[in-house]
Amino acid sequence: MKKKFFALPYLVWMVLFTVVPLILIFVYAVFTTTDTGEIIFTTQYLKQALSPENLSVLWRSLEYAVITTVICLILAYPAALILSRLKSKVGAIVNLLFVIPMWMNFLLRTYAWRALLDSNGPINQFLGWFGLPPQELLNTEGAVIMGLVYNFLPFMLLPISSVFSKIDQSYIQAAEDLGANKWQVLRKVIFPLTVPGVITGITMVFMPVVTTFVISRLLGGSYYMMFGDLLENQFMLLKDWNTGSALAIIMMVLMVLSMAIMRKYDKEGESKTLW
Amino acid sequence: MVRFRKFIQRFYLAILLFFIYLPILMLMVFSFNEGKTMSKWSGFTLNWYSQLFQDPVIMESLWVTISIAVLSSLFACLIGTMAAIGINSFKKWTRNLTLNLTYIPMMNADIVTGISLLLFFIFAKIPRGYLTLLISHIVFNVPYVIFSVLPRLKGMDEHLYEAALDMGATPGYAVRKVIVPELMPGIVTGFIMAFTMSFDDFVISFFSTQGIVNNLSVYVYSMARVGINPKINALSTIMFVFVMTLLLIINIRADRQFKRQRQNTKFLQKGLSQ
Repeated sequence: MKKKFFALPYLVWMVLFTVVPLILIFVYAVFTTTDTGEIIFTTQYLKQALSPENLSVLWRSLEYAVITTVICLILAYPAALILSRLKSKVGAIVNLLFVIPMWMNFLLRTYAWRALLDSNGPINQFLGWFGLPPQELLNTEGAVIMGLVYNFLPFMLLPISSVFSKIDQSYIQAAEDLGANKWQVLRKVIFPLTVPGVITGITMVFMPVVTTFVISRLLGGSYYMMFGDLLENQFMLLKDWNTGSALAIIMMVLMVLSMAIMRKYDKEGESKTLW
Repeated sequence: MVRFRKFIQRFYLAILLFFIYLPILMLMVFSFNEGKTMSKWSGFTLNWYSQLFQDPVIMESLWVTISIAVLSSLFACLIGTMAAIGINSFKKWTRNLTLNLTYIPMMNADIVTGISLLLFFIFAKIPRGYLTLLISHIVFNVPYVIFSVLPRLKGMDEHLYEAALDMGATPGYAVRKVIVPELMPGIVTGFIMAFTMSFDDFVISFFSTQGIVNNLSVYVYSMARVGINPKINALSTIMFVFVMTLLLIINIRADRQFKRQRQNTKFLQKGLSQ
């Protein structure tokens, strides 16, 4: 018996539970049974999936994903920079402090935000001390985006701070020796070296936000539906496998597109760091 | 000036951490609240903690979560390690093809993986329940095991295995006694990753069981509409404190070990140079 046969159980498993299910999505999306029991090709489900209402939900999800990614990047990059300058022992513990919350169920954490943002919740009470009238914070777009940033911030921070920790300090010393000021070091040396981490962070935030569900419903009521919520509705409420599959295909196309774009930028980034 | 900048930097980190821990703090505080809602503080109590262990639904979903995490990671380690050994000896293009297919559950959106599995279970007429939950968790766990075992295989001496065969070991025996011990660190990493992924999963569990079997996440989700029971707050407080202490202890011990090692190497270097 050769070594390669050890992979056999996995190959069977993978084909059965990864490849076949994916093919099924395509089959459900473009085939239909007629009254006479014939199976025919159809584009009706794809058309339904691309209805104007659905497209507006998709557009909103993309918009939220861009906003969330940008905010996460703005918050995480300086944090990673500061973390990299802490003493190694303190830095490791602070890093850990950023990771630990991910061990608590994200639904619960998001649910707790509902209580925090409530019209007589702690945040409004706090504002009240300054004489501000209670604000309607819950069920707003701001609450949804805050919830998204809250949930995805660690996914931006971790890859960036891991590239920061790998930077060879002698590059920075060399740049300083050659007369670069702090700002130039940051812009010309540190930033190019951290591009791969930024790219990973963007991929780990952008598409997951587009496909997320629940968060917008918990914090935005049902006013700011996202693409993931649409899929959930289609499958769990309406039990319409066909249109649901067509929506899933749109999602996969988006995913492949964004990955291709990211890969392209990543390659450019690599060549830049080589220079 | 330097001091001021340092202060600003620390302050920024503190604010971020505050933002991240605020809802967790809220949950913990309200697990001691007498009232049922998180909107009003009505007095201190430990009731929820004692009632928690008598709640059959919560205990059942905790059991499902833990047993699925253990079983799916064990199975993923078994099938994944075997797969890695096999894949490592594949020719280039079959190897690339297999690895690309293995990436699918990792790269794909959870929601799409969940839906595809749901469609498959419906199509194959497998009733949704504990079994489908277990299968789905193994599906997304195996890739993590494979990708943490493969790098160790690459760094391994090929000839050890052949030597064992020459000495009369059967391939199965040689794998168990020669290859697996070498791969152990990778397998353990894979197990830990698989366990945490499984323990935390909501989306795939929700779709692949159609919400019929509750693990903790699915149970929390079903309650989120009507209001979350303070008993769940109590449970997550216990789990959070447990994980936090565990991680901090591991971190501090690793730090100590690292220091000791560094001292040892310094000692050795000194010895060598003398």
